[in-house]
Amino acid sequence: MYFKRKIYLLTIVLLFIGLSKNSYSIEPNIFVQSTVNRASTILSKDIAKEEKIEKLKEVALETVDIKGIGFYTLGKHRKTLSDQQKKEYSQLFNEYFLKSFSSRLAEYSNPKIDVNSQEKISEKYTIVSSTLVGTDERPEVKIDWRIYTKNPEKPLIRDLIIEGLSLARTQKEEFNSIIQSNDGDINALFASLKEFINK
Amino acid sequence: MLLYTYFKKMKKFLIISLLALCMGFAANAADNDPSNVKDCSEGFNRASFKFNQGLDKAILRPIAIGYRKLPNGLRTITSNFLNNLSNLVTIPNNALQGDITKAGTNLARLGINSTIGLLGMFDVASGMGFEKYEKEDYGQTLGVMGAGPGCYLVLPVLGSTTARDTLGIVGGIVGGDPWYNITVRNDTQYFKDSDYYISRGAGGVDFRAKNLEAIDNLEENSMDFYASVKSLYLQDRQKKILNSKQTTETQDDSDWDEVSSD
Repeated sequence: MYFKRKIYLLTIVLLFIGLSKNSYSIEPNIFVQSTVNRASTILSKDIAKEEKIEKLKEVALETVDIKGIGFYTLGKHRKTLSDQQKKEYSQLFNEYFLKSFSSRLAEYSNPKIDVNSQEKISEKYTIVSSTLVGTDERPEVKIDWRIYTKNPEKPLIRDLIIEGLSLARTQKEEFNSIIQSNDGDINALFASLKEFINK
Repeated sequence: MLLYTYFKKMKKFLIISLLALCMGFAANAADNDPSNVKDCSEGFNRASFKFNQGLDKAILRPIAIGYRKLPNGLRTITSNFLNNLSNLVTIPNNALQGDITKAGTNLARLGINSTIGLLGMFDVASGMGFEKYEKEDYGQTLGVMGAGPGCYLVLPVLGSTTARDTLGIVGGIVGGDPWYNITVRNDTQYFKDSDYYISRGAGGVDFRAKNLEAIDNLEENSMDFYASVKSLYLQDRQKKILNSKQTTETQDDSDWDEVSSD
Protein backbone atom coordinates (compact mmCIF):
# COMPACT_ATOMS: atom_id res chain seq x y z
CA MET A 1 0.00 0.00 0.00
CA TYR A 2 2.84 2.37 1.01
CA PHE A 3 4.74 1.46 -2.10
CA LYS A 4 1.74 2.10 -4.29
CA ARG A 5 1.26 5.56 -2.74
CA LYS A 6 4.91 6.36 -3.33
CA ILE A 7 4.64 5.47 -7.02
CA TYR A 8 1.51 7.56 -7.24
CA LEU A 9 3.27 10.58 -5.75
CA LEU A 10 6.28 10.08 -7.96
CA THR A 11 4.06 10.00 -11.05
CA ILE A 12 2.43 13.30 -10.05
CA VAL A 13 5.84 14.91 -9.43
CA LEU A 14 7.16 13.65 -12.78
CA LEU A 15 4.03 14.85 -14.52
CA PHE A 16 4.53 18.33 -13.06
CA ILE A 17 8.17 18.40 -14.11
CA GLY A 18 7.12 17.29 -17.57
CA LEU A 19 4.41 19.90 -17.75
CA SER A 20 6.59 22.73 -16.56
CA LYS A 21 9.23 21.70 -19.07
CA ASN A 22 6.77 21.85 -21.94
CA SER A 23 4.93 24.99 -20.94
CA TYR A 24 6.84 28.05 -19.92
CA SER A 25 6.34 31.63 -20.95
CA ILE A 26 9.09 33.50 -22.72
CA GLU A 27 9.79 37.04 -21.62
CA PRO A 28 9.26 39.37 -24.64
CA ASN A 29 12.62 41.12 -24.18
CA ILE A 30 14.46 37.78 -24.12
CA PHE A 31 12.50 36.75 -27.23
CA VAL A 32 13.51 39.97 -29.06
CA GLN A 33 17.14 39.64 -28.01
CA SER A 34 17.32 36.03 -29.19
CA THR A 35 15.62 36.91 -32.51
CA VAL A 36 18.06 39.78 -33.02
CA ASN A 37 20.98 37.50 -32.22
CA ARG A 38 19.77 34.92 -34.74
CA ALA A 39 19.42 37.54 -37.48
CA SER A 40 22.76 39.08 -36.54
CA THR A 41 24.55 35.72 -36.82
CA ILE A 42 23.10 35.20 -40.31
CA LEU A 43 23.97 38.72 -41.46
CA SER A 44 27.56 38.52 -40.28
CA LYS A 45 28.16 35.16 -42.00
CA ASP A 46 30.39 35.12 -45.04
CA ILE A 47 27.76 33.69 -47.38
CA ALA A 48 25.98 34.90 -50.51
CA LYS A 49 23.22 37.50 -50.14
CA GLU A 50 20.63 35.06 -51.55
CA GLU A 51 21.54 32.48 -48.91
CA LYS A 52 21.26 35.12 -46.19
CA ILE A 53 17.79 36.05 -47.47
CA GLU A 54 16.63 32.41 -47.34
CA LYS A 55 17.88 32.00 -43.77
CA LEU A 56 16.30 35.30 -42.68
CA LYS A 57 12.98 34.14 -44.14
CA GLU A 58 13.13 31.05 -41.90
CA VAL A 59 13.63 33.26 -38.82
CA ALA A 60 10.75 35.54 -39.90
CA LEU A 61 8.38 32.60 -40.39
CA GLU A 62 9.04 31.47 -36.81
CA THR A 63 9.02 34.83 -35.06
CA VAL A 64 6.68 37.20 -36.95
CA ASP A 65 2.87 37.01 -36.98
CA ILE A 66 2.73 37.49 -40.74
CA LYS A 67 -0.93 36.47 -41.00
CA GLY A 68 -1.94 38.91 -38.25
CA ILE A 69 0.04 41.79 -39.79
CA GLY A 70 -1.53 41.00 -43.16
CA PHE A 71 -5.07 41.38 -41.86
CA TYR A 72 -4.22 44.48 -39.81
CA THR A 73 -2.71 46.02 -42.94
CA LEU A 74 -6.00 45.60 -44.83
CA GLY A 75 -7.75 47.90 -42.32
CA LYS A 76 -11.41 48.59 -43.14
CA HIS A 77 -11.19 46.56 -46.37
CA ARG A 78 -10.74 43.41 -44.27
CA LYS A 79 -14.49 43.16 -43.73
CA THR A 80 -15.36 43.24 -47.41
CA LEU A 81 -13.31 40.18 -48.39
CA SER A 82 -14.89 36.80 -49.17
CA ASP A 83 -13.35 33.67 -47.62
CA GLN A 84 -11.73 32.80 -50.93
CA GLN A 85 -10.25 36.32 -51.22
CA LYS A 86 -9.00 36.14 -47.63
CA LYS A 87 -7.20 32.91 -48.43
CA GLU A 88 -5.66 34.35 -51.58
CA TYR A 89 -4.66 37.54 -49.76
CA SER A 90 -2.99 35.62 -46.92
CA GLN A 91 -0.87 33.66 -49.38
CA LEU A 92 0.08 36.75 -51.37
CA PHE A 93 0.86 38.80 -48.26
CA ASN A 94 3.03 36.03 -46.85
CA GLU A 95 5.18 36.00 -50.00
CA TYR A 96 5.22 39.79 -50.23
CA PHE A 97 6.20 40.21 -46.57
CA LEU A 98 9.03 37.67 -46.66
CA LYS A 99 10.47 39.19 -49.82
CA SER A 100 10.32 42.80 -48.68
CA PHE A 101 11.40 42.09 -45.08
CA SER A 102 14.40 39.91 -45.89
CA SER A 103 15.69 42.11 -48.70
CA ARG A 104 15.47 45.14 -46.39
CA LEU A 105 17.42 43.36 -43.67
CA ALA A 106 20.00 41.78 -45.95
CA GLU A 107 21.44 45.23 -46.70
CA TYR A 108 22.75 45.52 -43.15
CA SER A 109 25.98 43.81 -42.28
CA ASN A 110 26.30 42.81 -38.67
CA PRO A 111 23.94 45.32 -37.05
CA LYS A 112 24.28 45.71 -33.29
CA ILE A 113 21.00 46.02 -31.40
CA ASP A 114 20.79 46.60 -27.64
CA VAL A 115 17.53 45.60 -25.98
CA ASN A 116 16.83 48.18 -23.27
CA SER A 117 13.45 47.75 -21.58
CA GLN A 118 9.92 46.44 -21.97
CA GLU A 119 6.45 47.77 -21.17
CA LYS A 120 3.38 45.56 -20.96
CA ILE A 121 0.58 47.64 -22.50
CA SER A 122 -2.18 45.02 -22.33
CA GLU A 123 -2.73 41.30 -21.83
CA LYS A 124 -1.97 40.82 -25.51
CA TYR A 125 0.84 43.28 -26.11
CA THR A 126 4.24 44.20 -24.76
CA ILE A 127 6.43 46.90 -26.30
CA VAL A 128 10.13 46.05 -26.16
CA SER A 129 12.47 49.04 -26.61
CA SER A 130 15.82 48.64 -28.28
CA THR A 131 18.54 50.70 -29.95
CA LEU A 132 20.31 50.05 -33.22
CA VAL A 133 23.81 51.22 -32.32
CA GLY A 134 25.05 54.06 -34.57
CA THR A 135 28.03 53.78 -36.90
CA ASP A 136 30.21 56.30 -38.76
CA GLU A 137 27.69 56.17 -41.59
CA ARG A 138 24.38 56.50 -39.77
CA PRO A 139 23.11 57.77 -36.43
CA GLU A 140 21.74 55.62 -33.60
CA VAL A 141 18.17 54.42 -34.28
CA LYS A 142 15.50 53.70 -31.67
CA ILE A 143 13.47 50.60 -32.49
CA ASP A 144 10.41 49.47 -30.53
CA TRP A 145 8.97 46.00 -31.06
CA ARG A 146 5.25 45.31 -30.66
CA ILE A 147 5.14 41.78 -29.32
CA TYR A 148 1.89 39.82 -29.41
CA THR A 149 1.78 37.79 -26.21
CA LYS A 150 -1.65 36.17 -26.37
CA ASN A 151 0.16 32.86 -26.18
CA PRO A 152 2.99 33.61 -23.72
CA GLU A 153 4.79 30.44 -24.75
CA LYS A 154 5.05 31.64 -28.32
CA PRO A 155 5.40 35.42 -28.49
CA LEU A 156 5.28 36.90 -32.00
CA ILE A 157 6.43 40.18 -33.56
CA ARG A 158 3.56 42.28 -34.90
CA ASP A 159 5.21 45.61 -35.60
CA LEU A 160 8.49 47.49 -35.64
CA ILE A 161 8.27 51.12 -34.58
CA ILE A 162 11.35 52.96 -35.82
CA GLU A 163 11.94 56.34 -34.16
CA GLY A 164 8.23 56.41 -33.33
CA LEU A 165 7.10 55.50 -36.86
CA SER A 166 5.17 52.26 -37.21
CA LEU A 167 6.03 50.03 -40.17
CA ALA A 168 2.71 48.16 -39.97
CA ARG A 169 0.79 51.43 -39.99
CA THR A 170 2.81 52.78 -42.93
CA GLN A 171 2.09 49.60 -44.85
CA LYS A 172 -1.60 49.80 -43.96
CA GLU A 173 -1.82 53.33 -45.35
CA GLU A 174 0.12 52.32 -48.45
CA PHE A 175 -2.28 49.42 -49.14
CA ASN A 176 -5.28 51.66 -48.51
CA SER A 177 -3.93 54.18 -51.00
CA ILE A 178 -3.58 51.49 -53.69
CA ILE A 179 -7.13 50.26 -53.12
CA GLN A 180 -8.63 53.76 -52.99
CA SER A 181 -6.91 55.04 -56.10
CA ASN A 182 -8.49 52.06 -57.91
CA ASP A 183 -12.05 52.87 -56.81
CA GLY A 184 -11.99 50.48 -53.87
CA ASP A 185 -11.10 47.46 -55.99
CA ILE A 186 -9.23 44.93 -53.83
CA ASN A 187 -8.03 43.15 -56.98
CA ALA A 188 -5.80 46.16 -57.70
CA LEU A 189 -3.95 45.44 -54.45
CA PHE A 190 -3.69 41.75 -55.35
CA ALA A 191 -2.22 42.75 -58.74
CA SER A 192 0.32 45.09 -57.09
CA LEU A 193 1.33 42.37 -54.62
CA LYS A 194 1.81 39.86 -57.46
CA GLU A 195 3.87 42.39 -59.40
CA PHE A 196 6.10 43.00 -56.36
CA ILE A 197 6.54 39.27 -55.71
CA ASN A 198 7.56 38.61 -59.32
CA LYS A 199 9.85 41.67 -59.52
CA MET B 1 -7.29 93.33 -70.19
CA LEU B 2 -6.49 89.65 -70.41
CA LEU B 3 -3.97 90.05 -67.60
CA TYR B 4 -6.55 91.85 -65.47
CA THR B 5 -9.07 89.02 -65.91
CA TYR B 6 -6.33 86.50 -65.06
CA PHE B 7 -5.43 88.28 -61.82
CA LYS B 8 -9.07 88.65 -60.94
CA LYS B 9 -9.51 84.90 -61.38
CA MET B 10 -6.31 84.22 -59.44
CA LYS B 11 -7.52 86.40 -56.56
CA LYS B 12 -10.81 84.52 -56.46
CA PHE B 13 -8.92 81.21 -56.48
CA LEU B 14 -6.67 82.37 -53.63
CA ILE B 15 -9.60 83.51 -51.52
CA ILE B 16 -11.42 80.20 -52.07
CA SER B 17 -8.23 78.25 -51.26
CA LEU B 18 -7.68 80.22 -48.06
CA LEU B 19 -11.30 79.73 -47.02
CA ALA B 20 -11.00 76.00 -47.71
CA LEU B 21 -7.80 75.96 -45.69
CA CYS B 22 -9.46 77.64 -42.70
CA MET B 23 -12.41 75.29 -42.92
CA GLY B 24 -9.95 72.42 -42.98
CA PHE B 25 -8.30 73.69 -39.83
CA ALA B 26 -11.59 74.08 -38.02
CA ALA B 27 -12.93 70.68 -39.03
CA ASN B 28 -9.76 68.86 -38.11
CA ALA B 29 -8.83 70.79 -35.00
CA ALA B 30 -6.88 68.63 -32.53
CA ASP B 31 -7.09 65.69 -34.89
CA ASN B 32 -3.60 64.83 -36.05
CA ASP B 33 -4.22 61.18 -36.69
CA PRO B 34 -2.51 60.44 -40.03
CA SER B 35 -5.43 58.40 -41.34
CA ASN B 36 -7.76 61.39 -40.90
CA VAL B 37 -5.61 63.89 -42.81
CA LYS B 38 -7.16 64.54 -46.23
CA ASP B 39 -5.16 64.51 -49.45
CA CYS B 40 -7.25 67.23 -51.10
CA SER B 41 -5.05 67.81 -54.15
CA GLU B 42 -3.60 64.35 -54.70
CA GLY B 43 -3.01 64.89 -58.43
CA PHE B 44 -0.88 67.99 -57.81
CA ASN B 45 0.84 66.34 -54.85
CA ARG B 46 1.80 63.24 -56.83
CA ALA B 47 3.18 65.39 -59.68
CA SER B 48 5.12 67.47 -57.19
CA PHE B 49 6.40 64.31 -55.48
CA LYS B 50 7.61 62.95 -58.82
CA PHE B 51 9.39 66.23 -59.51
CA ASN B 52 11.09 66.06 -56.09
CA GLN B 53 12.10 62.45 -56.72
CA GLY B 54 13.78 63.64 -59.93
CA LEU B 55 15.62 66.37 -58.01
CA ASP B 56 16.68 63.83 -55.42
CA LYS B 57 18.09 61.42 -58.00
CA ALA B 58 19.84 64.13 -60.02
CA ILE B 59 21.19 66.33 -57.22
CA LEU B 60 20.48 65.50 -53.58
CA ARG B 61 21.32 61.80 -53.51
CA PRO B 62 24.64 62.10 -55.43
CA ILE B 63 25.72 64.98 -53.17
CA ALA B 64 24.70 62.98 -50.07
CA ILE B 65 26.81 60.03 -51.26
CA GLY B 66 29.77 62.38 -51.74
CA TYR B 67 29.13 64.00 -48.35
CA ARG B 68 29.26 60.55 -46.74
CA LYS B 69 32.85 60.22 -47.97
CA LEU B 70 33.96 63.23 -45.95
CA PRO B 71 35.71 62.46 -42.65
CA ASN B 72 33.30 61.69 -39.82
CA GLY B 73 34.55 64.66 -37.77
CA LEU B 74 33.73 67.11 -40.54
CA ARG B 75 30.21 65.73 -40.86
CA THR B 76 29.69 66.01 -37.10
CA ILE B 77 30.81 69.66 -37.23
CA THR B 78 28.27 70.35 -40.03
CA SER B 79 25.48 68.62 -38.08
CA ASN B 80 26.37 70.53 -34.91
CA PHE B 81 26.46 73.87 -36.74
CA LEU B 82 23.02 73.26 -38.30
CA ASN B 83 21.55 72.03 -35.04
CA ASN B 84 22.79 75.11 -33.24
CA LEU B 85 21.26 77.33 -35.91
CA SER B 86 17.90 75.54 -35.60
CA ASN B 87 17.71 76.74 -31.98
CA LEU B 88 16.87 80.19 -33.34
CA VAL B 89 13.46 78.84 -34.37
CA THR B 90 13.13 76.25 -31.62
CA ILE B 91 13.52 78.73 -28.72
CA PRO B 92 10.62 81.08 -29.66
CA ASN B 93 8.47 78.00 -30.29
CA ASN B 94 9.39 76.48 -26.91
CA ALA B 95 8.23 79.76 -25.37
CA LEU B 96 5.03 79.93 -27.47
CA GLN B 97 4.19 76.39 -26.38
CA GLY B 98 4.63 77.47 -22.76
CA ASP B 99 7.71 75.31 -22.24
CA ILE B 100 9.87 77.90 -20.50
CA THR B 101 12.32 75.34 -19.04
CA LYS B 102 13.18 73.99 -22.48
CA ALA B 103 13.37 77.53 -23.91
CA GLY B 104 15.88 78.40 -21.14
CA THR B 105 17.98 75.28 -21.68
CA ASN B 106 18.03 75.81 -25.47
CA LEU B 107 18.97 79.47 -24.98
CA ALA B 108 21.88 78.41 -22.75
CA ARG B 109 22.88 75.79 -25.35
CA LEU B 110 22.79 78.41 -28.12
CA GLY B 111 24.88 80.83 -26.06
CA ILE B 112 27.49 78.26 -25.03
CA ASN B 113 27.79 76.50 -28.39
CA SER B 114 27.92 79.75 -30.39
CA THR B 115 30.80 81.06 -28.26
CA ILE B 116 32.86 78.34 -26.58
CA GLY B 117 31.65 75.88 -29.23
CA LEU B 118 33.07 78.08 -32.01
CA LEU B 119 29.90 79.20 -33.83
CA GLY B 120 28.15 75.96 -33.02
CA MET B 121 30.71 73.66 -34.61
CA PHE B 122 31.20 71.82 -31.34
CA ASP B 123 28.44 70.72 -28.98
CA VAL B 124 30.13 71.81 -25.75
CA ALA B 125 26.79 72.36 -23.99
CA SER B 126 25.87 68.65 -24.00
CA GLY B 127 29.17 67.89 -22.24
CA MET B 128 28.27 70.51 -19.63
CA GLY B 129 24.99 68.75 -18.88
CA PHE B 130 22.54 70.82 -20.96
CA GLU B 131 20.20 68.25 -22.44
CA LYS B 132 19.54 68.28 -26.18
CA TYR B 133 15.81 68.49 -26.99
CA GLU B 134 13.73 67.90 -30.11
CA LYS B 135 13.51 70.74 -32.63
CA GLU B 136 10.31 72.78 -32.65
CA ASP B 137 8.78 74.88 -35.42
CA TYR B 138 5.78 77.17 -35.97
CA GLY B 139 3.71 74.36 -37.53
CA GLN B 140 4.18 72.28 -34.37
CA THR B 141 3.25 75.26 -32.20
CA LEU B 142 0.02 75.77 -34.19
CA GLY B 143 -0.67 72.05 -33.68
CA VAL B 144 -0.05 72.28 -29.93
CA MET B 145 -2.42 75.26 -29.83
CA GLY B 146 -5.14 73.07 -31.30
CA ALA B 147 -5.01 73.82 -35.03
CA GLY B 148 -5.74 70.76 -37.15
CA PRO B 149 -3.36 69.85 -39.94
CA GLY B 150 -5.72 70.72 -42.82
CA CYS B 151 -4.91 69.07 -46.13
CA TYR B 152 -1.71 67.16 -46.87
CA LEU B 153 0.53 68.92 -49.39
CA VAL B 154 3.70 68.15 -51.30
CA LEU B 155 5.53 71.33 -52.25
CA PRO B 156 8.08 71.39 -55.05
CA VAL B 157 11.64 71.28 -53.59
CA LEU B 158 10.40 71.63 -49.98
CA GLY B 159 8.57 68.28 -49.93
CA SER B 160 5.88 66.93 -47.58
CA THR B 161 3.88 69.34 -45.46
CA THR B 162 0.30 70.15 -44.46
CA ALA B 163 -1.74 73.34 -44.78
CA ARG B 164 -0.97 74.12 -41.13
CA ASP B 165 2.74 73.41 -41.48
CA THR B 166 2.87 75.59 -44.62
CA LEU B 167 1.40 78.42 -42.59
CA GLY B 168 4.18 77.68 -40.08
CA ILE B 169 6.79 78.07 -42.83
CA VAL B 170 5.20 81.40 -43.82
CA GLY B 171 5.39 82.42 -40.15
CA GLY B 172 9.15 81.88 -40.27
CA ILE B 173 9.54 83.90 -43.47
CA VAL B 174 7.52 86.91 -42.28
CA GLY B 175 9.68 87.43 -39.22
CA GLY B 176 9.62 84.33 -37.03
CA ASP B 177 12.97 82.96 -38.15
CA PRO B 178 15.84 85.20 -36.94
CA TRP B 179 18.33 83.44 -39.27
CA TYR B 180 16.11 84.24 -42.28
CA ASN B 181 15.72 87.82 -41.01
CA ILE B 182 19.45 88.54 -40.87
CA THR B 183 20.30 86.77 -44.12
CA VAL B 184 17.46 87.24 -46.61
CA ARG B 185 14.83 89.57 -45.18
CA ASN B 186 17.05 92.41 -43.99
CA ASP B 187 20.20 93.75 -45.58
CA THR B 188 22.98 93.29 -43.09
CA GLN B 189 26.63 93.72 -43.88
CA TYR B 190 27.55 90.42 -42.22
CA PHE B 191 25.38 87.91 -44.07
CA LYS B 192 24.24 87.27 -47.61
CA ASP B 193 21.01 85.68 -48.93
CA SER B 194 23.07 82.72 -50.08
CA ASP B 195 24.11 81.96 -46.47
CA TYR B 196 20.51 81.06 -45.70
CA TYR B 197 19.99 78.93 -48.79
CA ILE B 198 23.33 77.16 -48.34
CA SER B 199 22.43 76.31 -44.73
CA ARG B 200 19.02 74.97 -45.80
CA GLY B 201 20.63 72.94 -48.60
CA ALA B 202 23.26 71.56 -46.23
CA GLY B 203 20.47 70.53 -43.84
CA GLY B 204 18.84 68.57 -46.67
CA VAL B 205 22.11 66.88 -47.64
CA ASP B 206 22.91 66.03 -44.01
CA PHE B 207 19.47 64.45 -43.52
CA ARG B 208 19.65 62.52 -46.82
CA ALA B 209 23.15 61.23 -45.98
CA LYS B 210 22.08 60.03 -42.53
CA ASN B 211 19.09 58.21 -44.03
CA LEU B 212 20.62 57.08 -47.31
CA GLU B 213 19.97 53.34 -46.96
CA ALA B 214 16.67 53.77 -45.13
CA ILE B 215 15.15 55.98 -47.86
CA ASP B 216 16.58 53.92 -50.75
CA ASN B 217 15.30 50.76 -49.09
CA LEU B 218 11.83 52.21 -48.53
CA GLU B 219 11.62 53.28 -52.17
CA GLU B 220 12.73 49.89 -53.42
CA ASN B 221 10.30 47.99 -51.21
CA SER B 222 7.25 50.22 -51.63
CA MET B 223 4.44 49.52 -54.03
CA ASP B 224 3.23 53.10 -53.61
CA PHE B 225 6.22 55.14 -52.43
CA TYR B 226 4.15 58.36 -52.36
CA ALA B 227 1.69 56.81 -49.87
CA SER B 228 4.52 55.45 -47.68
CA VAL B 229 6.26 58.83 -47.46
CA LYS B 230 2.94 60.56 -46.72
CA SER B 231 2.20 58.11 -43.89
CA LEU B 232 5.67 58.48 -42.37
CA TYR B 233 5.57 62.28 -42.57
CA LEU B 234 2.15 62.50 -40.89
CA GLN B 235 3.09 59.98 -38.18
CA ASP B 236 6.24 61.98 -37.46
CA ARG B 237 4.32 65.26 -37.21
CA GLN B 238 1.75 63.68 -34.90
CA LYS B 239 4.51 62.40 -32.65
CA LYS B 240 6.28 65.77 -32.60
CA ILE B 241 3.11 67.74 -31.84
CA LEU B 242 2.31 65.41 -28.94
CA ASN B 243 5.96 65.83 -27.89
CA SER B 244 5.76 62.18 -27.04
CA LYS B 245 8.53 59.68 -26.63
CA GLN B 246 5.96 57.07 -25.77
CA THR B 247 5.20 54.77 -28.67
CA THR B 248 1.89 53.72 -27.21
CA GLU B 249 0.48 57.25 -27.11
CA THR B 250 0.53 57.62 -30.87
CA GLN B 251 -0.55 54.07 -31.60
CA ASP B 252 -4.20 53.33 -32.16
CA ASP B 253 -4.78 49.81 -30.88
CA SER B 254 -8.40 49.42 -31.95
CA ASP B 255 -7.59 48.01 -35.37
CA TRP B 256 -5.25 45.41 -33.94
CA ASP B 257 -7.93 44.17 -31.56
CA GLU B 258 -10.06 42.72 -34.31
CA VAL B 259 -7.14 40.88 -35.89
CA SER B 260 -6.89 37.31 -34.82
CA SER B 261 -4.39 35.01 -36.39
CA ASP B 262 -5.57 31.91 -34.58
